[in-house]
Amino acid sequence: MSSRGKIPHWADVTLVPLFSVALAFALSAVLIWAIGESPWQAVKLMVEGAFGSSYGWGYTLFYATNFIFTGLAVSVAFQARLFNIGGEGQALLGGLGVALICLYIPWPHWSVALIAASLGAALFGAAWAIIPGYLQAKRGSHIVITTIMFNFIAASLLGYILVNVLRVPGSQDPASPRFPSEVALPKLHEMLALVGIPFSTVPPVNIALLIAIGMCFMVWYMLWRTRLGYQIRAFGESEPAAQYAGISPARITIYVMLISGGLAGLMAVNAVMGEQQRLVMNAVEGAGFIGIAVALMGRNHPFGVFLAAILFGFLYQGGAELALWMSIPRELIVVIQALVILFTGALDNMVRMPIARVFARRKRAG
Amino acid sequence: MDIATIVQVLESTLRLATPLLFACLAGLISERAGIFDIGLEGKMLMAAFVSAAIAFVSGNVWIGASAAIFASVMLSLLHGVASITFRGNQLISGVAINFLAAGITVVVAQNWFRQGGRTPSLSGDARMQRIDLPFVDALRDVPVLGPVYTILSGHAPLVYVAFLCVPLTWYLLFRTRFGLRLRAVGENPAAVDTAGISVIGLRYGAVAICGVLCGLAGAYLATGLSAGFVKDMTAGRGFIALAAMIFAKWRPWHAMWAVLLFGLLEAVANRFQNIEILGIGIPVQAMQALPYILTVVILAGFVGKAIPPRAGGAPYVKEH
Repeated sequence: MSSRGKIPHWADVTLVPLFSVALAFALSAVLIWAIGESPWQAVKLMVEGAFGSSYGWGYTLFYATNFIFTGLAVSVAFQARLFNIGGEGQALLGGLGVALICLYIPWPHWSVALIAASLGAALFGAAWAIIPGYLQAKRGSHIVITTIMFNFIAASLLGYILVNVLRVPGSQDPASPRFPSEVALPKLHEMLALVGIPFSTVPPVNIALLIAIGMCFMVWYMLWRTRLGYQIRAFGESEPAAQYAGISPARITIYVMLISGGLAGLMAVNAVMGEQQRLVMNAVEGAGFIGIAVALMGRNHPFGVFLAAILFGFLYQGGAELALWMSIPRELIVVIQALVILFTGALDNMVRMPIARVFARRKRAG
Repeated sequence: MDIATIVQVLESTLRLATPLLFACLAGLISERAGIFDIGLEGKMLMAAFVSAAIAFVSGNVWIGASAAIFASVMLSLLHGVASITFRGNQLISGVAINFLAAGITVVVAQNWFRQGGRTPSLSGDARMQRIDLPFVDALRDVPVLGPVYTILSGHAPLVYVAFLCVPLTWYLLFRTRFGLRLRAVGENPAAVDTAGISVIGLRYGAVAICGVLCGLAGAYLATGLSAGFVKDMTAGRGFIALAAMIFAKWRPWHAMWAVLLFGLLEAVANRFQNIEILGIGIPVQAMQALPYILTVVILAGFVGKAIPPRAGGAPYVKEH
């Protein structure tokens, strides 16, 4: 943090994350090389697999939709300097909300169901986040630890509900019944067909992508154009100063966690309602954690989160292709994700040091 | 429930508590020095893979365990570089280490053994052998003493090492000069610095000890408790250890009781799918969630508040 002043703002939001990602990719290339595969061929395969066809694009955008929601969730909390590591659990609960709404209410049309399910997902996610938020605000319990614990509690809770309540009678599979076909969300290819653009019909990318993009704008507006957003950012900059200005830390903490949990919960609209069409145990598949990498890389700005989510969507789709065509397991993506978190988050000061030096030298020369 | 079942559950409790105890003491020492460590899970996982892989290749479990300690200490030092030298966010560094281990173990395991991200099963000297305590057969039929002694006997050496680490940690922290300084650096690093003692050196020392203990935890998990490495085999144990540490309020003896409690919960959940207590059925998921729920309750301070070391999580910046 001490060297932050030396880098101009534009470089801080572009050069630093790009440099971090370059480092993460370089180390991943070394790993691919070390296990006897060709990094160059891996990159080619990933780019072709993710962007070479509308099929690839469809999956890339589907994954990106998940990551936009969870990335925004982590970012909003980071803006208030709160580390919400519980996106995974909040998204699981969001999935429960979506499933209950889709299964127990007969909806005439997907559009009404979508509105209700979005509200349900956000509400359930927010409800799961408010307990750690409240405990942080009123009892001083460290939010990182409580949100981690709540991830595990959510997994157990969902396990119980799937096995004992929602499971199809007679089935061994801990999963809810399939949702009625009325609540199937329109896929991207159906939407693009309306304007005459052909698109692969296979990928599950659906209308939730538009909700995610809409959320980027709403979060931006909320953070930079409303009183609450100003208070959140002020609180994140300096808690004592915010308190001096009459901003209640407890209130901001709880509000931020509500918004953050709601955004994480919304992810379930894409994954559960848009793709799986039923609630399963691993509905979230780590997207809650990828939100951390996305938020760090996107520098907690909705536009940055959008770009970072596309990058991780690419990694996910490309990684699936790698596992299919080369003997590189999908977990390589987890390594890249770890390195991105390491360089953009924990080793931030190391990454910005050489950049700061270059700028300092140029300043002296000019 | 008969005596034999109780003996089995308690034996299994000791075994399940062992990796938790190592990891819990690891976290305790690190956090007492002011370095938060939510990367216990990752270090344990990495150690589990390395111990199983090297034990399989070398055919000797102790070579595997040494390699596991080395790998775990390397990750610890990465955490140290990020959070001590570069003053990065300790929590984010911990998250990164967890993912790094989750990814690398599977990528390398698949590359080396081609068995879907697991190591081959270990047997013979590649596995940790159990030790029978002396006279266990003679004492088996003695009432009370017999069953208790049977429970304590017949575990892998690392089980005894883990429980021996409890008094050792207590002694290190509360009866040595190093321990005093280590605790001071977690409460008030500026004071330690003023006394002319290296804050950075002490913190690296704590982080290295944490790495050694996590290495032992992982080695026992893969070569003692199980016979080989499987993907994600720590399954949240690093976080249960973290929970136990908070539950014990960063004190070694209490840590032992906490991991025994959590070990018992796991043993009972493994043995019985559903338990009835006073006519109310308790689902297995409730047993699994209980350590986490208890930790939240303790953190919330409804029953005896848990207060972490004061300088925990904050990088130390020397005044100029």
